[in-house]
Amino acid sequence: MTDNDTTMKVLPVLTAKDFASDQEPKWCPGCGDHSVLQQLKQLLPELGVAPENIVFVSGIGCSSRLPYYLATYGVHGIHGRALPMATGLKIARPDLSVWVGTGDGDALSIGGNHFIHTLRRNPDLNVLLFNNEIYGLTKGQYSPTSKIGLRTVTSPSGVIDHPFNTAALTIGSGGTFFARAFDRDGKFLRSILHRAAMHRGTSLVEIYQNCPIFNNAAFEAYATPDNKADNTIYIEQDKPLVFGKGKNRGIMLDGFKPVVVDLDKEEFSTSDLWIHDERDINKASILARFADEESLPRPFGVFYAEERVTYEDALAAQIKDSQINGCWTLEELLKGENSYEIK
Amino acid sequence: MTDTKKTTRQVNVTSKTSVSVLFAGDSGDGMQLTGTQFANTVAIHGTELNTFPNFPSEIRAPAGTIAGVSGFQLQFSSKPVYTPGARFDVMVAMNSAALKANLKNLHRGGIIIAGTEGFDEKNLKLAGYPEGANPLHDGSLDNYIVFPVPILQLTREALKESGLSSKEIDRCKNMFVLGLLYWLYTLPLEGTMETLYAKFQKNIWMAEANIKAMKAGYFFGDETELFANLGRFDIAPQKQHGIYRRVTGNEACAIALTAASKKAGLELFLGSYPITPATEILQTLAKKKKYGVKTYQAEDEIAGIVSSIGAAYGGALAATNTSGPGLALKTEALGLAVILEIPLVIINVQRGGPSTGLPTKPEQSDLFMALYGRHGEAPLPVIAACSPVDCFYTTYEAARIAVEHMTPVICLSDGYLALSSEPWKVESPDNLAEIKPRFQPARESGDAPYLPYKRDERQVRSWAIPGTRGLEHRIGGLEKQHETGNVSHDPENHELMTKLRAEKIARIADSIPLQSIDNGPLKGDLLVLGWGSTYGAIKTAVEQALEQGYSVAHAHLRYIYPFPKNLAEILGNYKQVVIPELNNGQLVHIIRDTFLIAPESLTKVQGVPFNEMEILTKITDLLKELQS
Repeated sequence: MTDNDTTMKVLPVLTAKDFASDQEPKWCPGCGDHSVLQQLKQLLPELGVAPENIVFVSGIGCSSRLPYYLATYGVHGIHGRALPMATGLKIARPDLSVWVGTGDGDALSIGGNHFIHTLRRNPDLNVLLFNNEIYGLTKGQYSPTSKIGLRTVTSPSGVIDHPFNTAALTIGSGGTFFARAFDRDGKFLRSILHRAAMHRGTSLVEIYQNCPIFNNAAFEAYATPDNKADNTIYIEQDKPLVFGKGKNRGIMLDGFKPVVVDLDKEEFSTSDLWIHDERDINKASILARFADEESLPRPFGVFYAEERVTYEDALAAQIKDSQINGCWTLEELLKGENSYEIK
Repeated sequence: MTDTKKTTRQVNVTSKTSVSVLFAGDSGDGMQLTGTQFANTVAIHGTELNTFPNFPSEIRAPAGTIAGVSGFQLQFSSKPVYTPGARFDVMVAMNSAALKANLKNLHRGGIIIAGTEGFDEKNLKLAGYPEGANPLHDGSLDNYIVFPVPILQLTREALKESGLSSKEIDRCKNMFVLGLLYWLYTLPLEGTMETLYAKFQKNIWMAEANIKAMKAGYFFGDETELFANLGRFDIAPQKQHGIYRRVTGNEACAIALTAASKKAGLELFLGSYPITPATEILQTLAKKKKYGVKTYQAEDEIAGIVSSIGAAYGGALAATNTSGPGLALKTEALGLAVILEIPLVIINVQRGGPSTGLPTKPEQSDLFMALYGRHGEAPLPVIAACSPVDCFYTTYEAARIAVEHMTPVICLSDGYLALSSEPWKVESPDNLAEIKPRFQPARESGDAPYLPYKRDERQVRSWAIPGTRGLEHRIGGLEKQHETGNVSHDPENHELMTKLRAEKIARIADSIPLQSIDNGPLKGDLLVLGWGSTYGAIKTAVEQALEQGYSVAHAHLRYIYPFPKNLAEILGNYKQVVIPELNNGQLVHIIRDTFLIAPESLTKVQGVPFNEMEILTKITDLLKELQS
C-alpha cells in the first residue's frame, strides 16, 4: 500500500483545533517537537477515531510532554517505561488507539529492554521516536544515538560510544514496521504518521528532530535545499531508488551491496535500479544500514511493513478458545477443579 | 523377603490425634509428588491438614548431597492444625543425606523409615558421614524407632515384569513409600490410583506400574513382621461436612484476584515476571483464561508493574506479583501509581534477603520496604496474609481497597504461605464483599468541565477511563494541581497534594474492621502481637500457654498500614506486648514509633518459620519475669 493519500476519512465536526488541549506547549522555540505536534493535530481528525478513544502514552524527556498538548486521553509515565505502559493498556483495551511519544534516551537507553521486547511482541501501538541524538531535558548529555566524537557536557573529549542504528535495531528485534521521517518536512511526516496509524502492529516511526539548544543542526545534512537532494532518498513502494537534484542518481544492488550510479551516464537506466519493496526484510535490513555508510543517501519513508498477528489479538484468541463453552462463573472459580466432599 | 501370601494379618490399630510426617529424599526422588499425594488423600479423608514443602533452590543439586535434599512436611490431625508441625513424628529418609539434614527436627522416639539403598558407602560419603560410619548400624539412632527398608530392591522386584526400563522402574520407588505410609495410617489407595490413571491416560502401563509399586509398599507393611510391634495408626476425620479444596497460598492469591475481578465486574490483568517463590501466582492465573483473565509475562519486573499500571489506567483490575528483589525494582513505578491514584494490587511473596538471599526460604523482612520503600512522600496501604487460606481473603481485601480507594495496595505473603497448603471450605460468592469501582460517567457538552483530581469525602478521586466521552484528560508523574490535575510546580499546591494523598490512605482506617483478639483474655498480662505467616506458630503457642494457665492473648494484624483504629486501645490492655517476627525486628519499630510503647521483640532470621516451642518459651520467660 503506497500512501500519499492522507485524507481518507474526515470527521465532519473535528479539526486540528479540536485536538489541541488547553495547555501551552513548553518546548523551546524552534524545537522540532512543535512540528510533530502540529502534524499530529492535523492527522488525528483524519483518522476517524473519536478523541475519547485515543490515548497518548509517554515516558520522560522533552518529547514525552507530548500527551499534555493533545485533547485526547494521555498519561505521562516514568523514564523509559512508556512502551510497557502502552502495552498493558492495549492488552486491557484493544478497542483504543494507543500512541507512544518517546525519545532516543527514553526508548533506546533506559527503556532499551522494553523497546526490543515490545517490537517482537507486536502490540498495535503507534510509536513516535523523537530522535534528536541528545538528552535535552537534562541539558545536553550525549544519548545512545549521538554521533561518535560529539562533544557534550558528559563527553567533553567527544563521544566514544558507538551509536544505535534505530532502523537496524527495530528490524533485528522482530519489529513489523519501521519508517523514518523528518521534523522539517511536515507533509511527508504526516503521511508517515498516517501509515503508522494504519499499520496493525507496533509501528515504529523514527523522527529526526532538531534540538536547537543542545544539538543544533545535527540533521543539517538533510535539511537545507542545497544538500538535501544529494544526501537523502525518499523511498516509495514499487518505485526505483532514485535521488539527487535532477533525480539523476540511483541505487543499484550489487549482490547485497548498495551502489550509487549516475543515471546521466548511458550505461545505467532506472530499470537497473533497486525497486523498493517494504515487505522484503532483507532489503529493509540493507536500507537500515545506509546510515552507517557516508557515501549513501539517508533513506526516509517506510522501510519495512509486515502483517503479523498482534499480541492482544493472539491473547484474545486464546481467551476466546478457552471460553468456547461460555465464560466460567465465580461459583465455579471458587469451587475449583479438585474439590472434594466430606459427608 | 516379601511374603507372597496375600493374607492380611491382625495388626493393632492405634488411634492418634495428630501426626507430623516428613518425606525427605534426593531432589530426584519424587518426594514433592509423594507428599502431595499423601496430603490429597488425608484431605479427602477429612482430617485437618497443613503442608509445607522444603526444597533446594537448585533444580538438581548434586545427587546424594545435603544440598540436594528435598522434603515435604505435613501435619494431619483430628483437631485444627495451624502449622506442619514444629517437629515431625515420622521421617521417610530415602538416603543418608535426607536423614542427616532433618534428624534434628525429629521427635525423640520418632519413627524413621530409611531406604537402605540410600545408605550405601557412596551415599554415606556424599552425605558427609565419616568413613565406616553408618547411622543405621552404629547405634546413633538408638533414641528412635528405625525401619530399614530396601525400598529400591522391593520396587524392582514388584515391577520386574512390568516391561518398564530399569530407570523407569527405579523412579517408581516413591510410590512404594507412599503405599507403605498409606498402610501405616490406614488410608485408602483409591484417590492416588484415580490420579495416576488420569495423569497417565495415554500411557496406561505407566499408571499400572506406579499402582503396582504403591500396592507393593502397602502389602509390604501388611505382610512383613517389621511393623508388627508398632502396629498401624488411625487419625479420625474431624472436618465438618461440606465441599473442600486444598490450596496453597499462591493459588489462593490467584483465585482471589480472579474472584475480585468477577465481583467488581472488571477484567483481571496480571503483569508479571517469574521470581521464586511468587511465580505460581502467574502460573495459576495463566490457566484461568476461561474466566477472561489476561496474564502478561513481561520482559522484567519493571515492565510487569508498568504494564499493570497501563491496564489499570484502562479500567482493568490490575495486579502484579513478585518477591523482594522484584519489589525493589518496582518501587519507582509504585510512586507513579501513588501519584496517578489508580487501583493496583502488588502481591509481594517475601523471601530471605538482601539481594538474591535465600530464594526458596521464607522471611518477613520486606515490611519496611513495603511501608517506606519509595522516593518522595508516597504512602500506600499494606496488608498481610496469615495462612494459605487467608491469602485468599487478604488478597481479595487488597483488591477491594485498591478499587474503592483508588490506590496501589501492597499485599504481603511469604515463601512459607506461598507453598504451604491447607483445606479450604469452598466459599460462596455471596459471602464475598462487594467491590464497587467508581467510574466517572460520560460528560455531555454543556456539563461542567471534568476535574480528574476532584475528591469525595474520603479524599478519593474517580476513575475516568479512556473511551468515556467528554472526560479526555492528561495525567502523569509530574505533580498535579489540586482538582484540575494539570501540571503544577506551585509550592503550596505540592504540600496540599502531599497531605491529601496521605489523608486518603489514613482514612482507609474508617472502612476496615477493628482489630480483634484471636485467642485469650481481652485484658491481661501479655499480648502476643503477630503479622503474616507466624500466625500458626503463635496460635499454637498461645493455646498451649493458656492451657498452662498463663494470662496471655494473641492478636494478629492483617492491616499494617493504616492500622485498625482500636489498636492503641488493645495494646493498652496488657502489661506487656511481644512481637514475634521472621526478621531482625521491623513491626516492633513501627509499633514503638506509632504508639510510643516498648514492646518486646522475638526475632528469627534463619529462613525457616518459627516453631511453637520458641514462641512458648518466650511467652513463659516474659511472664515469669513480669511476676518476679
